[in-house]
Amino acid sequence: MNLWRKLACVALAVVVCASLGANWLAPAGYEKQYREATDAPPSHAHWLGTDELGRDRLARVLYGTRISLLLAPAAALLSTLMAAFVGGLAGYLGGIWARLAMAVTDLCLSLPWLFLLITARAFLPLNVSPLISVLVTFLLLGLLGWSTAARVLCASAASLRSADFVRQARAAGVSGLRLFWIHVMPNLKPVLYAQFWISIPVFILSEANLGILGLGVAEPMPSWGSLLRELEGLVSVREEPWKFVPLVLLVVVVMSFQLLLSRQQEVPA
Amino acid sequence: MKHDEKMRGEMKKKRTIALVLTILCLGSLLGRALAQGGGELRFCVRMEPKTFDPLKVEDEASASIRYLTGGVLVRVNRQTQDLEPALAQSWKVSKDGRQITFRLRSGISFSDGTPFSAGDVAYTIQQLMDPALHSPTGDAFRSGTGNVESKVISPTQISITFPAPVAGLDRLFDQVAILSERSPRKEAAVLGPFMLADYKPGATVLLKRNPNYWKSDEQGRKLPYLDSIRVDIQPNRDVEMLRFKRGELDLINSLDSEYFDKLEATSPQLVHDAGPSLDSEQLWFNQVAKAPIPVYKKNWFRSANFRKAISEAINREDLSRIVFHGHAQPAAGPFSPANRFWFNSKLKPQAYSPDTALKALQSDGFRLENGALKDKDGNAVVFSIITNAGSKTRERMAVLIQDDLQKIGIHVNVVTLDFPSLIERMTQSFDYEAIILGLTNVDLDPNGEMNVWLSSAENHQWNPQQKTPETSWEAEIDRLMRAQASSTDLKRRKEAFDRVQEIVVEEQPFIFLINKNALSAASTAVHGAASVILSPQTFWNAERLTVSTK
Repeated sequence: MNLWRKLACVALAVVVCASLGANWLAPAGYEKQYREATDAPPSHAHWLGTDELGRDRLARVLYGTRISLLLAPAAALLSTLMAAFVGGLAGYLGGIWARLAMAVTDLCLSLPWLFLLITARAFLPLNVSPLISVLVTFLLLGLLGWSTAARVLCASAASLRSADFVRQARAAGVSGLRLFWIHVMPNLKPVLYAQFWISIPVFILSEANLGILGLGVAEPMPSWGSLLRELEGLVSVREEPWKFVPLVLLVVVVMSFQLLLSRQQEVPA
Repeated sequence: MKHDEKMRGEMKKKRTIALVLTILCLGSLLGRALAQGGGELRFCVRMEPKTFDPLKVEDEASASIRYLTGGVLVRVNRQTQDLEPALAQSWKVSKDGRQITFRLRSGISFSDGTPFSAGDVAYTIQQLMDPALHSPTGDAFRSGTGNVESKVISPTQISITFPAPVAGLDRLFDQVAILSERSPRKEAAVLGPFMLADYKPGATVLLKRNPNYWKSDEQGRKLPYLDSIRVDIQPNRDVEMLRFKRGELDLINSLDSEYFDKLEATSPQLVHDAGPSLDSEQLWFNQVAKAPIPVYKKNWFRSANFRKAISEAINREDLSRIVFHGHAQPAAGPFSPANRFWFNSKLKPQAYSPDTALKALQSDGFRLENGALKDKDGNAVVFSIITNAGSKTRERMAVLIQDDLQKIGIHVNVVTLDFPSLIERMTQSFDYEAIILGLTNVDLDPNGEMNVWLSSAENHQWNPQQKTPETSWEAEIDRLMRAQASSTDLKRRKEAFDRVQEIVVEEQPFIFLINKNALSAASTAVHGAASVILSPQTFWNAERLTVSTK
């Protein structure tokens, strides 16, 4: 493991630990409004200042990191499993199944997901707690984000179908789902891992995009998306640099994931 | 011969030099004359103008173009809010409020040179009231069944008779741009200070000075001073702000408080806060009987005590100070104090008092249990407030209200929806509990809000299109609004509308939150700018503005 990867591991560990320890590290609850100190610069009481409603920015960053970092991997896991099921099985079965699965995948890839997510949000019940809204947002992201990974997995599974060890297993009488589960799936693991790691930053950014549209995690709960909204209209880094902390954190986490991912990609498939 | 030829040659040379010098002098004078012109004014509208036909205007961008190009009989002075003569020298409304007689100025021509006369006014009224045209401006004039009759008494005198009294009849003519009956160019022939010169869809509308404009200033100089106005179509406010800072724009209308503060920090001389505008922001609860929400919630929302308690528990001062950075005023009622004549000055903004609110709710059977408010049947008081995604100010107001109501044990879920979804819930499915939205008022007269206050109206948002008023207070509002609309006695109209305002404050169907201030910005290159609260804020006196070239 080279130095950069070690640094990435350390950075991720620090961020994850800090977010998990938000209850102890944060000076106040993420929803607590200090109305007499709105949009305040950093001070002893508020290390990263306060937002436009007087909420402690450090507390919101810590709790927001927890939400985004815990739920993005969960959504990535869901989408990777769906991709494995659809793409892996289609590649393994081949023929009409592969063509059908790929047609559905292409259709999904061609749909304007942003607008579909907006529409989906509009159909959800209004009276849901912020926590439920978080879960629903990431669940939707997970359910809708499987198609790219499915294509990759289909191609990988198709190449395995005619591999010698699969032919030998077939000749030995192993067939159907058992052959897929025992012999094909374990060999798809490196691709699955890679897809999982790729998806995490994608979902973090997707939630951030939804948050910017006001459609992600409901107030007063913070997420990186809602924290990044503060940067709208900010034209200079020098003006209020402390407002860029969530963005810096997002960049650090995404880069760390990318560095770790490059390690994963080196594993021979 | 040679000498003569030489002389002639010399003379020719001298004449050529003299001619060149004369041309140069004339060119220089012309250049100086052009340089002394009023220059070009540049500003943005946030949407594409939907029409250039002044009778079909219904959007803000088209209204701006109409204001600059259309000639009207009378004009509401945006600064004093008084009605002033324009193409009409004088006018008289009959006692029964059904007839108005105008005496017109003579010797006026349209921009294409066609002379203006009473026949053009009659033609405009005929077009305006044509049911096939569906003119939104004409809708304000419709009163009772029957035709509107225009009688041309002389080329400079016309009387218009309506089938039933029209309240505030003369002021309605501020919106009616006169069309030419005889010009082949129809709506392109205008009587206003500017005329349409070029239009690039999605990009720019270019207006040039109308050479035949009738008005002159006190020194006898022809108006307008400006040579042209370039109206850019720019929906993005960040881009608008950036272009203003770079000097590519001269004016910004309806500036957001956040942008206002940023601009004020660097260039305080450029921004102007004209005080409370006519616009309001309000919260309301769904009172529609067929709404798909639980019955117990409907009972809360239909209780005036519940609505009043919510109103008392909202800290309007904080909404104004935190969300609008102090560029808004706590609202007292349905009309802003900016509407000097119609505002009921007895009304004061609701004082913030969570304790009184809680006591009022407790007297209605609500009780606090472990910090959560419950009704007499044990249902926890939880409801959602929806607003449109992308509106930072409304989202922030909702979060502050969420925190305020949490203090009296009420749990609020804040939901932001895209605008079409919100409108669908608000007007079709009625699947919502509470909404925060705003009202944009362009009309000073309460008649402009008939579509809000009548219980049968579509925009009676808390419970629209009622066949008969479902509550006694709504019946009373209906009666008062109809009474003021059919009266021409201004004092009686004012009394009736004052009472409407009082009922609205007593019953709180709309919980009025704040009145936004009218914020604008004008470059130092613009001379004569005096921003006002009425639309169009910054260029209401466009004919007297000049722009100095840098």
